[in-house]
Amino acid sequence: MKKVFGSPKSLTKVPFTYCPGCHHGIAHRLIAEVLDEFGVREKTVGVCPVGCSVFAYVFFDCDMICAAHGRAPAVATGMKRAKPDSIIFTYQGDGDLASIGTAEIVHTANRGENITVIFINNAIYGMTGGQMAPTTLIGQVTQTSPYGRDPKTMGYPIKVAEMLSTLKGVAYISRVALSKPAYILKAKKAIRKAFQSQIEGKGFSLVEILSTCPTNWGLSPIEANKWLEENMIPYYPLGEFKTPEEVS
Amino acid sequence: MAKIVIDEERCKGCELCIPACPKNIIVMSEYFNKKGYHPVKQIKPEECTGCAFCAITCPDVAIEVFK
Repeated sequence: MKKVFGSPKSLTKVPFTYCPGCHHGIAHRLIAEVLDEFGVREKTVGVCPVGCSVFAYVFFDCDMICAAHGRAPAVATGMKRAKPDSIIFTYQGDGDLASIGTAEIVHTANRGENITVIFINNAIYGMTGGQMAPTTLIGQVTQTSPYGRDPKTMGYPIKVAEMLSTLKGVAYISRVALSKPAYILKAKKAIRKAFQSQIEGKGFSLVEILSTCPTNWGLSPIEANKWLEENMIPYYPLGEFKTPEEVS
Repeated sequence: MAKIVIDEERCKGCELCIPACPKNIIVMSEYFNKKGYHPVKQIKPEECTGCAFCAITCPDVAIEVFK
């Protein structure tokens, strides 16, 4: 019998330290599979954020660097400009990218830096214990919105993919989810396209991944998947928001 | 002929692979692994088609598929 599915080479053998059912592990695996398929592991540098996935440098078997909170796109810009042949990706959560790092991501996208951003949107701050994030849904109860998010005082959830897709420097943007196998296969395709657009020098690419945080949502992993499909996907529609014509 | 191999020490018992299996042949075990989780196990291995949905869904890359 031949092995048809196993751990990709771009992942180390270290077991993930994430909570049971957390989608970070799936996202890590998809990125690693894409790096393997393009054969670019040796020239890839990943930028890990501040958040649960700060440990990504332990799990990815490629060069990794850790940026200050929210500043991953700025660090990635520097690395890409210094070594244009390398493949640079950042891996950021919603607290990192959509809150403290809003300035960096908007201007990096606007400059059309040729990097790939993997944006994990789980509608909550994971590592710090479940506080409200900019992407928290209206009415969603978190540690810092105990009566539910009220848009009058807390604003509306930010749709990062839609917002950035209006910028001219952006080559590829899509939103995917990881709550069932069909979505996971589509997510991998989107990550592949994002890296392809970087390899072909098309410009900035971003994949927003809707994922669960069962621990801080207070749900079991299966309930969390259901919650994501019933609540997050209606507000954050899946699909591609911008594609360069040549990447398909 | 297909089979899956579950790395019981990596499995955290999140149960996501259970509804992913179209044949419903993955169940929770009664014993614990070293971390204190109940790992999943496969029953009726002869029914496995090697579709890899369980492995695709597994957040801990704990399942290998052979065909």
